[in-house]
Amino acid sequence: MNECVVCGAAVTVADDAVIGELLECPECGSELEVTGLKPVVLSEAPETEEDWGQ
Amino acid sequence: MRIGLLHSLIRKEEKLLIDEFRQRGLEPLLLDDRKLIFDLESRPAVDLVLERCINHSRAMHGLRLLESVGVRCINSSEVARVCGDKILCSLALKEAGVAQPELRVAFTEESALAAIEELGYPVVLKPAVGSWGRLLAKINDREAAESILEHKAILGSYHHSIFYIQQYVNKNGRDIRSFVIDDKCVAAIYRSARHWITNTARGGVAAGCPVTDEVAAVSLAAARAVGGGVLAVDLFETADGLLVNEVNYTMEFRNSIDTTGVNIPALVVEHAMEQAT
Repeated sequence: MNECVVCGAAVTVADDAVIGELLECPECGSELEVTGLKPVVLSEAPETEEDWGQ
Repeated sequence: MRIGLLHSLIRKEEKLLIDEFRQRGLEPLLLDDRKLIFDLESRPAVDLVLERCINHSRAMHGLRLLESVGVRCINSSEVARVCGDKILCSLALKEAGVAQPELRVAFTEESALAAIEELGYPVVLKPAVGSWGRLLAKINDREAAESILEHKAILGSYHHSIFYIQQYVNKNGRDIRSFVIDDKCVAAIYRSARHWITNTARGGVAAGCPVTDEVAAVSLAAARAVGGGVLAVDLFETADGLLVNEVNYTMEFRNSIDTTGVNIPALVVEHAMEQAT
C-alpha cells in the first residue's frame, strides 16, 4: 500500500499507472504525482504555473 | 507505427488517450517535456507526435522543435502559437470572417482605459496568454477599471500590460464548448454556472448540447481559421447568433464523454493513427 506524502493516508495506485500520472489523495485531497514505478513513488504534484491550461 | 505523446503531467485526459492507444495494440512513446533535451538535429523514432502538454510555452516550442526535425505533430506548432495567444486567435478569426465578441487591444494603462470606455461597461479584461478562466476580470465601471489596470501594470509581469479587452457578453449562465477533430464537429457541451465564468475548471457544470447545423458550422469555421486539427471551440449564444470566444488546442474532455455519449479520446486516437500512416 502506498502512502500520501502529505497526510500519510493509504493511496491506491492502479497496475497500469504511468510515470507522471496524477492521483488525488482520498483523505486530504492533495494532488499527487507518480514519480516512480516498481516500487511506486508518490510526490506532491507541482503547483499550477501561469501558462498552464488548454 | 510509432506515436509519441508529448506531455508533462499525465492527467485523466492523457490516461484515457494512452488507454485508447493500448486498446488498439499501440504503446505510445511517452515524451515528458520536463525531461526532454533538444539538440536541433536528433529526431525521436516516431511517425507522429500527439501534443498534450500543460504548459503552453513548452507545447509551442516543443512542437516547433519536433517539426524542425521532420516529425508530424497534432496539433501543429502554428496552431498552438495562434490558439495560445488570444490576440493572435482573434486576428485569425477576424481574417476568416468568424464572428467573435467585440474587442480592443491596448498596451498602456491610459490607452486601455480609453479602450474600455469606448467599448462601454461591462468589459472583460483577459491575459493574452492564460487558461482555465484564471486572471479574468469583469469590469463594471470606471473606478474598477482604473484600479485593475493599475494593479496589473504594477504587480504583473510585462505581458500583463498587453491588455486584451473583450465586450462582456451576457450569456445567461452558460456557454457552449464544441469539439472538432479533423474538420468534423463531433460533440458539444453546455457549460453552466451561476458565476459569470463558466469554465469547468472553475466549477462550471457540463451537460450535453446538440450539435446543431449552426454549432457545427461556426465551430468548423473557427477551427479552420486557426489552422485545423484537434480543437475545442468556446461559443457564446447571442440574439445575433453564435460568437466564438476562443479556440483551445490541447483540449480537455474529461467532463464531456459521459455527458455527450461520444468517446472523444477514441476519436482523437483514431485520427492520430490515421495521420501517422
